[in-house]
Amino acid sequence: MRKTPIMAKAAALLAFFAMTPIGANAGTSDIDVENAWSRASIGTARPGVAYMDIRNAGDDPVSLVGLRTDVSGMPEIHRTSTDGSGVSSMAPAGDVMIGPGEVVALEPGGLHAMLMRLQAPLREGDSFALQLLFSDGSEVTVMVPILGIAARGPNG
Amino acid sequence: MDGLRPIPLHSMSFRLTDHEGYDVDPETLIGHPSMVFFGFTFCPDVCPTTLSDISGWLDALGPEAQALNVVFITIDPERDTVEAMAEYVGYFHPAIRGWTGSVEQISRAAEEFRVRWEKIPTEGGDYTMNHTASVFLFNSAGRFVSAIDYHEPPEFAVPKIRRALQDKKEGTK
Repeated sequence: MRKTPIMAKAAALLAFFAMTPIGANAGTSDIDVENAWSRASIGTARPGVAYMDIRNAGDDPVSLVGLRTDVSGMPEIHRTSTDGSGVSSMAPAGDVMIGPGEVVALEPGGLHAMLMRLQAPLREGDSFALQLLFSDGSEVTVMVPILGIAARGPNG
Repeated sequence: MDGLRPIPLHSMSFRLTDHEGYDVDPETLIGHPSMVFFGFTFCPDVCPTTLSDISGWLDALGPEAQALNVVFITIDPERDTVEAMAEYVGYFHPAIRGWTGSVEQISRAAEEFRVRWEKIPTEGGDYTMNHTASVFLFNSAGRFVSAIDYHEPPEFAVPKIRRALQDKKEGTK
């Protein structure tokens, strides 16, 4: 079958994404993202979550200032903290500064991408695109694989 | 841990409902060692992590863990109905039971376990819960033995559970 122009364009786009490593930089800053993962949700009533390691490979500090994804109507970086008496609390983290050469870990019990107002259930085995928005105006798109609801880390 | 520890189970008087609709109270736990923790199913971060950690500890203990009561008590009874608890605990280790009740019933249980909890409004009319995230261990006589802090590594957690399993004495600590 002959490809119509639009199909050719779609095929080229697909080829582009296929060659682009996960965490590829769509902007100008030197950000690498590794070990991204999420947990499956039960329906859409409860918020979802995403975790990953974000490395600033550049020479200047940069701040993670926001998130964007189709799966959530209100994605935010939140921080869980546990005080000396064992009480856990969670609140928006605000801007997260990443110094040159530093890695910020979004991990259980600490910083995490909180995916409120899920637009559809997060299904185990699927993945979704999450855009990280940085203070220098750059954006990094991360493909986040959805693991089981009981997953403890990027390897399950 | 601020010197706060749960009172003995036999001094408690809470009454709750488990995720299969059965009435439960402190007597449900006495006679077997118990592991009890508080959380809420709308928590995306700490609570699934705690439930997964516990599932891992139970797997590590293997047949030894069969004698253990494992109970997750919600501190968010408005959203965590019996049905919500049943749906949620089903995704984790089959030994884990989910208990809920009215706000008054949950308040009493939390007070007896010396658990602190607070409802925190968030943007858009939602709310989250601050709560004690420790896991409490009781011996078969119902005495508090020790607590496992949030996300404590298994090499510390599993021996603590083993100690509660083996502790037959009436009064420890």
